Amino acid sequence: MDIAEFLHMGGHGFYIWGSYGTALFLMVIEGIWVFKRRNKAKKELERMEADFARVDGQGVNG
Amino acid sequence: MSMTRRIPWMKYASASNFYPLADRLVPIFMGLALVLAVIGLYLGFVVAPIDYQQGNSYRIMFIHVPAAWMSMFIYLLLAMYAIISLVWRVKMADIMAYSLAPTGAMFTFIALLTGALWGRPTWGTYWIWDARLTSELLLLFLYLGYMGLYSAIPDRQRASRAAAFLAIVGAVNVPIIYFSVIWWNTLHQGSSFSFSEGASMTDAMLYALLLMALACWAYTIAVVLRRAQALILERKKVALWASQISKK
Amino acid sequence: MHKMLWALFSRDMTLFMHRKQDVVTVLGFFLIAVALFPLGISSDPELLRTIAPGAIWIAALFSTVLALDRLFSEDLDDGTLEQQMLMPVPISLMLLVRLIAHWVITSLPIVLLAPIMGLQFGLAFNEIVILTLSLLVGTPILVLLGAIGAALTVGLKSSGGLVTLLLLPLYVPVLILGSSAVSSVMNGADVTAHFSLMGAALIISLVLSPFAVATALKITLD
Repeated sequence: MDIAEFLHMGGHGFYIWGSYGTALFLMVIEGIWVFKRRNKAKKELERMEADFARVDGQGVNG
Repeated sequence: MSMTRRIPWMKYASASNFYPLADRLVPIFMGLALVLAVIGLYLGFVVAPIDYQQGNSYRIMFIHVPAAWMSMFIYLLLAMYAIISLVWRVKMADIMAYSLAPTGAMFTFIALLTGALWGRPTWGTYWIWDARLTSELLLLFLYLGYMGLYSAIPDRQRASRAAAFLAIVGAVNVPIIYFSVIWWNTLHQGSSFSFSEGASMTDAMLYALLLMALACWAYTIAVVLRRAQALILERKKVALWASQISKK
Repeated sequence: MHKMLWALFSRDMTLFMHRKQDVVTVLGFFLIAVALFPLGISSDPELLRTIAPGAIWIAALFSTVLALDRLFSEDLDDGTLEQQMLMPVPISLMLLVRLIAHWVITSLPIVLLAPIMGLQFGLAFNEIVILTLSLLVGTPILVLLGAIGAALTVGLKSSGGLVTLLLLPLYVPVLILGSSAVSSVMNGADVTAHFSLMGAALIISLVLSPFAVATALKITLD
């Protein structure tokens, strides 16, 4: 199949690829966003737990 | 507890059991979404023949229809979780409801946008105030209202309960809105063009549509579980902070 | 019981009456909003007649939303609301009384002014009657539904925009019914269906809305 012809979609290329392009873009962005948010929360929580553990440890010793 | 053994899914109503389960499920559903979408798009773009009336533009259907379905399913699901969180005060239900909302709003937006892009070659205009597009637009406002109310209330307990209540009121209103818009449409004799889906659907089109819908489901499950995990951790952080402050 | 409800009603009425400023604001808003349509669109009489039902109804709708801002906020601030929740009268009944008082103070003047607006847009006598009747049946529904949104957002900063966002989707069916009743009579069509649907909606919201508002207020005051 001719690639150019496929992309042209009988004159409807803009509408079709516009639709799928935006949908794909939004879904990829949302996916990345959500994964990043989880990882950020995970890191911050771990750091916080470590910090508090250290503070508590000092409190007991001192 | 014997309760948990009899209803195993109740086990996952607690965040500590939910989290590791989500960790296992997210990659599976992400992969599933990818595979289903690739096969669905192959069927939809390569195998399915060109439509003699609409030309190739009908192929937008394979994203438009699943997105429109998802936008409605997700709102129903959100309302169900809202009922569970409001009546039985299950914290995970609130987290799930809140995690569903952005994805639902996104699918509503995709449905609107692809509907407009499909409308242009089919009707000659990007937007008509037809019953389906109009109620889809109102659904977007319902999602925005839910998220807006949730984030406007500083107290989390109140935010979750108020937003859940709003979601339920909205769900009761969805059919009323839908039928009133249809009625309005017939009154004003607007163009009541329907995408001629069922009429000339080949098997390939049907399977493509089905696979794309399943792909959207799998994507939704993966993303929503991930967001729920993020929320659990963020809330845990706040709780930890509060407990540390109170110790001093 | 009756006495207590009547006492509540007259208390709410006097309280709302004391806030003349608010009533004037809402009415002024309605008048200006209606007057803006010809200025913004055209002074063509034929066109004005076509848009009249929608224009007047949309103005009434936004005036209702504007008025809702004062429905609970002051009573929340001075603690009256929490005390009223403890009264021997069922909360939903108390809220129904208050909503009726609110409608009498803020919406009834709009209904009464509607005929003048209709004249300005060149409506005929029977069209003005239908317009006024549709507002008479429709605005109580707007208040009853709107109270849910007001109860959910009471006490929040910048709640005005949020209330609008929450309520407009819920208001769509009422707007469609009300304004299309007027346009139908302009086209010489029968409007019994419009009014029976609106009447049914009014009865259902009269019965259900006080409970919904009570639930929403409990969530807020929890």
